Amino acid sequence: MTDMTAIAPARIRLARISPGRVLGFVILALGAWVVVFPYIWMISSSLKPTDEVYDADFTIWPRTFAGVQNYWDVLVGQPYPTFLLNSLIVCGGILAAQLVTAIPAAYALAKLRFRGQTILLGTVVACLTIPINVTSIPLYLGVVKAGLLDTYLSMMLPFLVSVFAIFLFRQFFRAYPDSIIQAARVDGFSEIEIVLRLIVPAAVPAVAAFSVFSFVAHWNDLYWPLIVVQSQEKMTASLSMMQYRSEFDINYGRTFAAATVVTIPMLIVFLFARRAFIRGITMSGVKG
Amino acid sequence: MARLTLTDIRKSYGGTEVLRGIDLTVADGEFLSLVGASGCGKSTLLRIISGLESPDAGKIALDGRDVGSATPKERGVAMVFQDYALYPHMSVAQNMAMPLIMARLPMYARLPGARWLTPNHRGTRSGVAAQVERVARQLRIDHLLDRRPAQLSGGQRQRVALGRALVRDPSLFLMDEPLSNLDAKLRVEVRREIVELHRASGLTFVYVTHDQTEAMTMSDRVALLRDGRLLQVAAPGTLYADPASVEVARFVGTPEISLLPAVAEPGGLRIGTVLAPCAHGLTSGRDVIVGLRPEALAPVGMPALQSPGGRGPRLRLELAVEAVEDLGAEVVIHARLRDFPDLAVRMRSQKTLERTGPVPLPDHLTAEAPLSALLMFDAEGQRLRDPAPVQMAGAQ
Repeated sequence: MTDMTAIAPARIRLARISPGRVLGFVILALGAWVVVFPYIWMISSSLKPTDEVYDADFTIWPRTFAGVQNYWDVLVGQPYPTFLLNSLIVCGGILAAQLVTAIPAAYALAKLRFRGQTILLGTVVACLTIPINVTSIPLYLGVVKAGLLDTYLSMMLPFLVSVFAIFLFRQFFRAYPDSIIQAARVDGFSEIEIVLRLIVPAAVPAVAAFSVFSFVAHWNDLYWPLIVVQSQEKMTASLSMMQYRSEFDINYGRTFAAATVVTIPMLIVFLFARRAFIRGITMSGVKG
Repeated sequence: MARLTLTDIRKSYGGTEVLRGIDLTVADGEFLSLVGASGCGKSTLLRIISGLESPDAGKIALDGRDVGSATPKERGVAMVFQDYALYPHMSVAQNMAMPLIMARLPMYARLPGARWLTPNHRGTRSGVAAQVERVARQLRIDHLLDRRPAQLSGGQRQRVALGRALVRDPSLFLMDEPLSNLDAKLRVEVRREIVELHRASGLTFVYVTHDQTEAMTMSDRVALLRDGRLLQVAAPGTLYADPASVEVARFVGTPEISLLPAVAEPGGLRIGTVLAPCAHGLTSGRDVIVGLRPEALAPVGMPALQSPGGRGPRLRLELAVEAVEDLGAEVVIHARLRDFPDLAVRMRSQKTLERTGPVPLPDHLTAEAPLSALLMFDAEGQRLRDPAPVQMAGAQ
């Protein structure tokens, strides 16, 4: 025993530069590079003319600087503020509807007892596994039949109820003390008031985390807007990147410039709401 | 103010019977404790009384009016919870005002921001504030009104919880183990305050606890629950002196009552090798249980401890001392019968006034109990009153 304790400090010092640690750093650095490289490529390509983007001989700094032309086309040559506003309207509308539907549903699943509760919760969890691609064709047909193509409503429609939000909030609400809810019932709160006055104020971190998560997801969404948006007036920011594509060629320099411009607002949001971001991702892991 | 009547209340959770037919009446202005070990159904019963849960069967009436389907708000009950259940993001004043706001303001006037949009309710709001102020002063928490619950000590939180329950003149005051999260000293203090509150308000109190001391010291009557049934409902003194069964006798009193198996003989009851010469009227050979409260026994020939009181014939036991707890004014002695070491006996003796120092105790001693102090139970644990071996003081 005494030998062990005498050796221990030396072993710790050794461990600092052990091969395992070096390997760990290398793997992490590679991982970081894999994550960061697309951004570097995006920014680099946004400064190049299209033929240089295609060049097999990749350089970070362009040989022919086309940055001014590319960014001018994106920011001034098209109604970029409209795209931003469209994105804001759609993301905000989706988020508001998701919160309004998910919070009461999550409260009911977390704290009320009713027949069929387990099955409902199971359904919610099962819905988590369905990707939008599966439902998009019937949804599209519905939107067409309802004459809603190219409207804000059609852009929000598939996302108004988020099963992910229901599940996330349900996990969060479950930790709320039952006795406080019972005290509120004795004091004469209605169930809606319990949710609004007690549960929601306590769930601000979860709501914030989910809001960031939802906002970013729908800001970046390309798939559904591409399906239902037809006119330039309704284009979202991320969809606007696709304009530089024609059947014959793609202006990659400008597309990358557009991608950069679309990504920047979210990067700024991330810098300010980093904590909520990370919470949102860790909370969505299984808890309780 | 209200008289509470429960008739044959039953409740099961997924096949487990939690309450198996509770009949209970609480008089107007009475302080009744529901006591029992955890899982006996006492908290469930309280929640059923409050209206937070509904019974599977049975009737609940307040002043003769059936309230079985009424909400807690409609019943006008107030409840204090074990963990206080204060609204964490509201100030003390807001916490205490909530029940009044809920009762006096319509839904639209309670919405956030409605304060400025509904000037017609200004009078109600100031009335609420005044009432909160008055109760806060009564509970000596008026200097804490702007704080949040997280900034308060346990005792202060408990007072806020009491205040929140008190502000709106409830018909029934329900408490679910309100003291168990407090430290021992504070518990005694708040205990006295609750008793004082009960006396001053004249309200009907139903108090749930697992602590027999709380129940015995605070209540007018104690209802002892076990496995969803009421064992006995009686005043604390009666419960102690005249228990209906071995279970009640064991639950009430510290140290616990000594229970000695005995056999009826023509000349008395045989406990081990000793014959207690009491009249019993039982057939010879019948097994019974004799209960002896710790203070009924007293050591013989020890000047430092008070000698056994009472007159008349005595039961005399030769004991081997196992452990002694010196509590200062009294000693608790754990012993076994010398000739019958299976039988454990606990006794509590007051020190005589002139001898309050440590009391040396021999390994062996003789103790005596007046036969009148013996409690007799049948082999199943039910009390044998008739024919009573002796007259009980304060029976029924």
